[in-house]
Amino acid sequence: MNDITFLQQYWWFLVSLLGALLVFLMFVQGGQSLIWTLGRTEEQRRMLLLATGRKWELTFTTLVTFGGAFFASFPLFYSTSFGGAYWVWVAILLCFVIQAVSYEFQLRRGNVLGTTTYRIFLLLNGILGPLLIGTAVGTFFTGAEFVVDKAAVASPAMPVISYWVTPWHGLEAVLVPQNLLLGLSVLLLTRVLACLYFQGCMADETLRENCRRRLRIESALFLLFFLSWLVCWLLSTGFAYTPDSGVVHMEPYKYLHNLLEMPGVAALLLIGVLMVLGGMAGGIWGQRRSFWLAGPGSVLAVLALLLCAGWNNTAYYPSVASLQSSLTIANSSSSLFTLKTMTIVSFIIPLVLAYIAWAWRALDRDPITAEETKDEH
Amino acid sequence: MDAIDSSLVDWSRAQFALTAMYHWLFVPLTLGLGVVMAIMETLYVRTGREFWKQTAKFWMKLFGINFAMGVATGIILEFEFGTNWSNYSWFVGDIFGAPLAIEGILAFFMESTFIAVMYFGWNKVSKRAHLASTWLTIIGATISAWWILVANAWMQHPVGMEFNPDTVRNEMVDFAAVAFSPVAVVKFCHTVSSSWVLGAVFVVGVSCWYLLRGRHREFALSSIRVAAWFGLFAALITAHTGHQSGRDIAMYQPMKLAAAEGLYEGGTEQALVLGGLLRPGADWTAASGDDRFLLKVEMPYALSYLATHDLQGYVPGIRNLLEGGYKLPDDSVALSAEEMMKRGRMAIDALAQYRAAADAETKATALATLEENFPWFGYGYLKSPGELVPPVPLTFYSFRIMVVLGGYFIALFAGLLLLGQRVTRWKWAQLAVVLTIPLAWLASQAGWVVAEVGRQPWSIQGLLPNVAAISKLDVGSVQTTFFIFLILFTLLLVAELGIMGKAIAAGPETDQTSA
Repeated sequence: MNDITFLQQYWWFLVSLLGALLVFLMFVQGGQSLIWTLGRTEEQRRMLLLATGRKWELTFTTLVTFGGAFFASFPLFYSTSFGGAYWVWVAILLCFVIQAVSYEFQLRRGNVLGTTTYRIFLLLNGILGPLLIGTAVGTFFTGAEFVVDKAAVASPAMPVISYWVTPWHGLEAVLVPQNLLLGLSVLLLTRVLACLYFQGCMADETLRENCRRRLRIESALFLLFFLSWLVCWLLSTGFAYTPDSGVVHMEPYKYLHNLLEMPGVAALLLIGVLMVLGGMAGGIWGQRRSFWLAGPGSVLAVLALLLCAGWNNTAYYPSVASLQSSLTIANSSSSLFTLKTMTIVSFIIPLVLAYIAWAWRALDRDPITAEETKDEH
Repeated sequence: MDAIDSSLVDWSRAQFALTAMYHWLFVPLTLGLGVVMAIMETLYVRTGREFWKQTAKFWMKLFGINFAMGVATGIILEFEFGTNWSNYSWFVGDIFGAPLAIEGILAFFMESTFIAVMYFGWNKVSKRAHLASTWLTIIGATISAWWILVANAWMQHPVGMEFNPDTVRNEMVDFAAVAFSPVAVVKFCHTVSSSWVLGAVFVVGVSCWYLLRGRHREFALSSIRVAAWFGLFAALITAHTGHQSGRDIAMYQPMKLAAAEGLYEGGTEQALVLGGLLRPGADWTAASGDDRFLLKVEMPYALSYLATHDLQGYVPGIRNLLEGGYKLPDDSVALSAEEMMKRGRMAIDALAQYRAAADAETKATALATLEENFPWFGYGYLKSPGELVPPVPLTFYSFRIMVVLGGYFIALFAGLLLLGQRVTRWKWAQLAVVLTIPLAWLASQAGWVVAEVGRQPWSIQGLLPNVAAISKLDVGSVQTTFFIFLILFTLLLVAELGIMGKAIAAGPETDQTSA
C-alpha cells in the first residue's frame, strides 16, 4: 500500500469517526425534540434544557469540524455536495443557526421573540437537524444527482467543474425511501440517547420516570426504522470501483460484501448494535448509566457504516446522473503533502478528547437539580 | 454555449459579504471583551475580592450573549465556501481546507469545551481551574482567528503551492509558507489587536453610560482603568501593524493600494491623501480624464515612504497598473493588463490541450506553455482590463474611516487614562465615550471593506477571479437564501440588542461588594 492510499484510508477513518461522534453527540438534538414530551412543567423543561445546554456547543463544534476535516481531506466532496445539494445543506445550516442563539437567549430579559419562540427553534433543530443529516448521509449509499468534469476549468465561459442535474438541488434525496429511513433512524437514535442521558443526569425522580417510559416507545420505533433500513442496505446494489482504473461499476450486495470482506468492520457494527440494544434495555429497566453503553455503541455502529461507505473500493458519494463522476476516496482526496500535514495535526486529537472528558466529568459530577436552573450564568 | 450569469456572481458575492459582515459584528467583541473579562477574573483570583468576581461575571454575561450570535453567523461562513464557491473549493481546497480543519481541531473544541466550564463551572471546579477555563476560552477564540486569517491572508497573497494539471487544482507544497506567511502574521496581529480595541471601547463606553446615569461608580471606574490601558496598548499595535499591512498591500496588491488612495496616475514622490472628496461618477478605468478629486488634503512624499520606505519611491496608480510599462522592484518591466489577460488565456488553452493530448509530445509542449504562462492563469478568465479596477470610492472612503477612527481611539484611551477619576466630573466626556461605541464597529467593518472590496475581482489574488470560483446555481436560489439570511440575521440582531440592552440596564451585582 503506497503512502497516499494509506492516508486516504486513514482520513476516511477520521472523517467517519467525526461523523460517528456527531451522531452520538446529537443526543442534544434528541433532547431538544423531547422538551415538551418529557418536561411536563416549566421547571422540568428548564432542567432538561440545562442538561443539553451544557453540551450543545460540543455537538455544534463536531459538526463544524466534520465539515472542515471533510474539506481538508476530500475537497471534491465539499465542492460537489455543498455546491450542488444546496438546499439540503442550507436547510441543515439554518437549523443550526437558530439553535446557536436559542440556549443563550431563551430566558434572558429583553428577549423580543419570547421564550416559546426559542424553544420552538430548539424543537425544529432537534427534529430537522438529525433527520436531514441522516437523509443526506443516506445518499452515500443511494447516490446523488451530480456531474463532475474537471476539464471545465479550461473553459473560461463556464469553468465550474461540478454541478447538479436537477433543479431540486438536493431536496430530491428526501423522496428516496431508503434515505428517509436512515434519516428517521438517526432522529430516533438521538431521542433514545437523549432519554438515556437525562436518566443519568437528572436528580428529579419524576423526570427520570418520564424518560424511562418514553424510552420504550422511542426504542421500538428506532428498531423498526433502523432494521428496515439495515435490511434494505444489506440487500442493495452498491457502487464499487476498480482500484487500478478507477472505473466505477454497480455491484449487487456490495455493502454485504464489504462486511464479509472486512470482518473487523463487521465486528464493530455488531458490537455497536449490541451495545445500543443493551443500553436501551438497561435504560428501560431503570439503569442510570446506560447512556455510557448505548452512546459508545452508537459511535461504533455509525463508524462501521461509514467505513463501509468508503473503504474496500467503494464509491462513498455515488452519482446516479453520471456513474463515472462518483466520488471515491482515491479520486476526491487532497494531495499526499496535505494529507501528511493534516495527519501530523491529527495526533493532537487524543489531547482534545482528554480535556473534553475532563470538562464533561467536572460539569456532570452532580445530578441536575431544580435549584440549579435558578442560577443565571 | 453555457456561460456564467454575471448576476449569479454578484448575488453570491452579496451573500458572502452579508454573512461575513454580520459575523464580524460579533467576533471582534468576543476577542476583545474576552480578554477584558479574563483580566477581571485574574484580578479576582489574585486579590480574592468578590468585587472583581462580580465584575468579571457581568462582562461574561455580555460576552455570552454576543458569543451565541458569533457562533450562529459563523457556521454559515464556513460552509458557504462549499455552497456558493464550489469551484474555489476544488481549485484551492488542497491548501485552503487545511486551516479550516486545524481551526476546528485546535481552536473550536478548546473554545466550546472551556466556555461550558466558564459558565457552568463556578461551583464545580476550583478557582484556578475556572480561571484557566476562562483564559482557554479566549485563547481558543484567538487561535481560531489565527487559522481563519491564515486562510484569508493566503487568498490575498497565495504562497506555498503548485498547480497540478492532472488534478486541475493547486496543491500545497510548503505548509510553513502558508501558515506563517508574513502577510498572515501581520493580518492576524492587525485584526486581533483591532478587535481588542473594539472590546475596550465597548467596556469604557458601557462604563461611561453608568457614570452618566450615576450608577455603579466603582465598577465603572475600575472597568475603565483596566480597559483603557488594554485599549491603548491594542490601539498602538493596531496602528503599527496597519502600517506593515500597508507595505504588504503595496508589494502584493498594488491595485488595492491605488484604489484606497484614489491614485489614478502614479509616480515617484507620491503624496498621501489625508482626506478628500472624490468626483462622483468619475471613470477610474478610462485612459485619461479630469481630475478625479473635487478636493483633497495631502501630505507630500508620505505615500511613497509608506509604500516603499523611500521618499522618492515609485507608487503605481490605476492607469499605470492597467497599462504597465513601469519598472518593478526586481527591475523587470510591468506588463499591461491586456498582455496579462492574453498570457492567462494561453495558460488556460494550454491546460485544455494538455488534458486532451493523446501523445506525450503534445502533452509536454502544452505543459511547457502552461507553466510558462501560469503566473497569469487567472487573468485568462477576465473579459476586459476594466474588471481589474475595484470600486474606488468605497475602498477610498472606507480606508479613511478606518484610519481616522484608529487615531481617535488612541486619543480616547490616552485621554481616559490622563483623566483618571476626573472623568466622573465631565458629563460631556462620558457622553462622547458612550457615543464612540458604534464607531468601533464602523472602523472594524471599514477595515474589512478595504481588504475585501479592494481586492476585487479576485477570490484569490491573481489566481482565481470570482467568475471562475462560484457554484453553478440558479440566481433565484442564491437570491432566496440571501434574503433568508438577511431577515434571519437581522431578526436575531434585534433580539440580541434587546437582550444586551436589558442586561446592561440591569447592571452588575457589585454594589454589595465594594472595590
